[in-house]
Amino acid sequence: MIRGVIIMNDQGKPRLVKFYEFQPVEKQQELVRSIYRSRRAENVSNFVKVDSLFGPDVRLVYKTFATLYFVFIFDNSENELAMLDLMQVFVETLDKCFSNVCELDVVFNFKKVHTILDEIILGGQVLETSSSEVVKAVEEISKMESNGNSIISSIPGWQGR
Amino acid sequence: MAGPSLMDSLFQRSVDDIIKGIRLSPPGTESTFIAKSLDEIRREIKSTDPQTKATALHKLTYLHSLHGADMSWAAFHSVELSSSSAHSHKRIAFLAASLSFNPSTTEVILLLTHQLRKDLSSSNVHEVSLALSTLSSICNPDLARDLTPELFTLLSSSKIFVRKKAIAAVLRVFEQYPDAVLVCFKRVVENLENGDMGVLSAVVGLFCELTEKDPKSYLPLAPEFYKILVDCRNNWVLIKVIKIFAKLAPLEPRLGKRVVEPICEHMGRTGAKSLAFECVRTIVTSLSDHDSAVKLAVGKLREFLLDDDPNLKYLGLQALAIVARTNMWAVLENKELVVKALSDVDVNIKLEALRLVMCMVSEDNIMEICRILISHALKSDPEFCNEILDFILLTCGRNFYEVIFDFDWYVSFLGEMARIPHCQKGSEIESQLVDIGMRVKDARLQLVHVARDLVIDPALLGNPFIHGVLAAAAWVSGEYIELSRNPFEIMEALLQPRTSLLTPSVRAVYIQSAFKVIIFCLNSYLKLNGDDPSYPSESTYSDVKSDYPGRFETVASQLLSDTEPDNPNMVVKHGQKPSVSSKMHHLTLESLVALVNLVETNLGPLAGSNEVEVQERASNVLGLIKLIKPKLLGCLDTREGDKANGELKASEMVELIFGAFSEDLGPVSLNAQERVPVPDGLVLKENLRDLEEICGDIELPLSTSFSLVKLQTMDATSNLEHHSKEEFEPSTESTSLLAEHRKRHGLYYLPAENAGIISNDYPPAHDPKDKASDETEDLVKLTEQSLVIKKKPNQAKSRPVVVKLDDGEGFKVAAKAPEFKADLISGAVQEVLLGNEATTSSSRRKSSKKSSKRREMDESNVGVPESKNEIVKADMPEIGFSSSGRRKHHGHGKERKHRSSGKDKVHDHKDKQKSEHGHGKHKSRQRADGALAAQSPVIPDFLL
Repeated sequence: MIRGVIIMNDQGKPRLVKFYEFQPVEKQQELVRSIYRSRRAENVSNFVKVDSLFGPDVRLVYKTFATLYFVFIFDNSENELAMLDLMQVFVETLDKCFSNVCELDVVFNFKKVHTILDEIILGGQVLETSSSEVVKAVEEISKMESNGNSIISSIPGWQGR
Repeated sequence: MAGPSLMDSLFQRSVDDIIKGIRLSPPGTESTFIAKSLDEIRREIKSTDPQTKATALHKLTYLHSLHGADMSWAAFHSVELSSSSAHSHKRIAFLAASLSFNPSTTEVILLLTHQLRKDLSSSNVHEVSLALSTLSSICNPDLARDLTPELFTLLSSSKIFVRKKAIAAVLRVFEQYPDAVLVCFKRVVENLENGDMGVLSAVVGLFCELTEKDPKSYLPLAPEFYKILVDCRNNWVLIKVIKIFAKLAPLEPRLGKRVVEPICEHMGRTGAKSLAFECVRTIVTSLSDHDSAVKLAVGKLREFLLDDDPNLKYLGLQALAIVARTNMWAVLENKELVVKALSDVDVNIKLEALRLVMCMVSEDNIMEICRILISHALKSDPEFCNEILDFILLTCGRNFYEVIFDFDWYVSFLGEMARIPHCQKGSEIESQLVDIGMRVKDARLQLVHVARDLVIDPALLGNPFIHGVLAAAAWVSGEYIELSRNPFEIMEALLQPRTSLLTPSVRAVYIQSAFKVIIFCLNSYLKLNGDDPSYPSESTYSDVKSDYPGRFETVASQLLSDTEPDNPNMVVKHGQKPSVSSKMHHLTLESLVALVNLVETNLGPLAGSNEVEVQERASNVLGLIKLIKPKLLGCLDTREGDKANGELKASEMVELIFGAFSEDLGPVSLNAQERVPVPDGLVLKENLRDLEEICGDIELPLSTSFSLVKLQTMDATSNLEHHSKEEFEPSTESTSLLAEHRKRHGLYYLPAENAGIISNDYPPAHDPKDKASDETEDLVKLTEQSLVIKKKPNQAKSRPVVVKLDDGEGFKVAAKAPEFKADLISGAVQEVLLGNEATTSSSRRKSSKKSSKRREMDESNVGVPESKNEIVKADMPEIGFSSSGRRKHHGHGKERKHRSSGKDKVHDHKDKQKSEHGHGKHKSRQRADGALAAQSPVIPDFLL
């Protein structure tokens, strides 16, 4: 099972924090800080020992994309290399949804990034590994949302992007 | 504050505004900005306008998730908003719920039940999927129970998109509400035959999770899994299915035989590293008795090790470590790659390589491996260097140094390790040096040499990390001084000026060792003179002394340089304690006086030290000197005349103390205290107030048993020993005084002293107490019982005897013991839980025994998923029967089997692969039969 997905930037600021088992928010922040501290040099393997944070059998794999640091936390039921692939799928999907994703996209689209992640992983289980399928679903959802909101968003132009 | 107004709605800040605000706020003022925003949100969220409310909740969720703001107070607003007809509002509400609700404490979760039920039955797939993902985030037993029917429907939904999500969500529901298994399990199993990869992947993933926790219950599903293993070409699905077999195969050997071939095929064929690695790992963990498969897997591993990708290299090394447990040859075959990996840039890889290298250790190669590792350690960064040292110390010290044959080499090696610049493992080296000293008699000579080299080197004193090692070296030098080549030299080393850099506790060891050395010298001198009254070489040094009046330090060092060249061969003659006469050939009255003066000059200032340990020990030594010196000088001045007289008194005393120190120390069993018989009438568990009354009379025998030095003899000289009062308190005080003291502080007496004996890992503190304890009746018995000298029989080379304590093993092999204990505990917990459940369930709920059991588990057992799962599995046999009864279901299963084997027959004609599969099916059915027979109550039979 996947225990959690975290995106943070190279300063350690969290951009997305999702745990699939309940964690109090204080604990979440502490974990993010510890994970940030244990980040590793470039050109080395992408695994970090996290026994002290999550107990034995739990592994952490990370990958850096530009200024963002993607982290997957998972247990014995997942394959390490498949997790790296899945991370690639996630990033690819973000890239497609935001056309050339950058940190700002992730910062300003808190809800949408969660929507994308929810299409890929549900309750810690991997559900979809094709980024185009995910993009399709996310687009449908966006359409639904804007339909529902049509009256409101048509009034004034205050509301955001 | 008034409620939200239109103005609030109109000028409400959006999420983007908040994010921008945070980004723009100067460093340090972020929290003020967030606090201000939270105030706004508190106002806005009460708005009746859903859009205003949604925006407020959205902002709050953002601040909660990424900035740690509390939003437990807003739980109800999420519930409220979730019923909004606008999908975007609903999405915000459910996102807020899944990120902030605590399934076990958030009470309003129950209020979501209705909305979730409605959404789960919605015709809009995205609404359903949103509800499912929310459900899996916030699922608690009540929610799981209430929504099971909806989930059941969704499990066979015609919409693949929804069905696969329902399968994934079912895992949480099973965990929270095991009764759901009764309802849903059959449908879940049916999905194993679904052709859609999304569904298949979800259901196999679900079983992978379930199998992980309790594989046994899923053995009967092996035929289905096997079919997927053979037919499926989707890597994600295959990885999960192979993971399932990794759990199932060890339970049923025949299953292993069936799956090993397809797994090897996948391994050979696939281009995906993830799948290949999963195959390798499964073969080496669960199918390791299939030699040809292991060979293939190790071949594949080699590819990983040779790959440039550090991830593959790392995982390859990890897998190799698994192989090493059963097939050592695999590691040896890749030895050069492993050793090369030791100098990789990646710490992960280096550590794995190190672990593998340590796997290869045996009696024959330990020296070579240690040599290689040390050369690596010298080149490495401090962190890795210490990892290496740690591994070496751990491996060599394991199980009473079982891999060490040549202890002379090992103690020298320990000394070498201590000198490595980055070494921070001082405390482990320290304890091993002392431990070997006590356990391995034959190593003591070399140990003393090593200790001498360490103690004598002034440069080492500057490194605080090895102070522990120096303490051990000083202790060894003092304790086994009779093996030393040159006690004077040791004494100089122990008193060298740079010892002021040591921590007080270590310094105390130094002083105590100096004490032992001086006593040894005095005693040797007395013996020598007793044997040979003509004082052979005395005249030689009397001249020296008159040349340098009052400068005894230099005299002493001169003595050293004089005596050194003559000595080297003397000691080693028989490999054991050299005879005193040959050793102390140059021991003269003058040299002794010089020695005593050296000690006095150096320790004098320490008598005023702030540190009690240092002060006390220095005072002890000074006290002794005060007593001895006049006698020695008297001898010197008056020569033959009064000498005999003065010497006599001094000699008695010296002999006594020497006797006290010369007792051989042995390791003390961790359980020694348990063997001390409890005195009659002493009830240890009683209130300690009672103890105080009792111990005045009854405890007395115990008190003497822990006294420090030979009692009987010490009494004679006790009046002379005012300065060593602290050290020898129990002996100098009369027993009645002691009893008095004990009466007053009796409350603390027994525990304190016992603790000292049992857990004293600080070497020097061992010596007086343990020694004394040897002498007393009780402990003599103890040590006789607990000291077992084990010898490896029929060893080609003779290995020195290592003293072991029969019952100490558990404590020495500490790494193993707790694990074992934990197993026992968890076993016991499970037993207790199951037992409890059985006894309480009947009283709890009468309508359904089974379900009450489960609910019981749920409530009492949130933190113990394993046992919960146990229950899930235990339910499974009845899954199919819940509606139709056992027999009927059985028939149904048969039908299905017929159907599928019929299908197989059709395929038989098509290709060989398929025919094999048909066979496999048949065989595994037989296997399932066997399993059924073996464990009939647990294994469901609906597949037969």
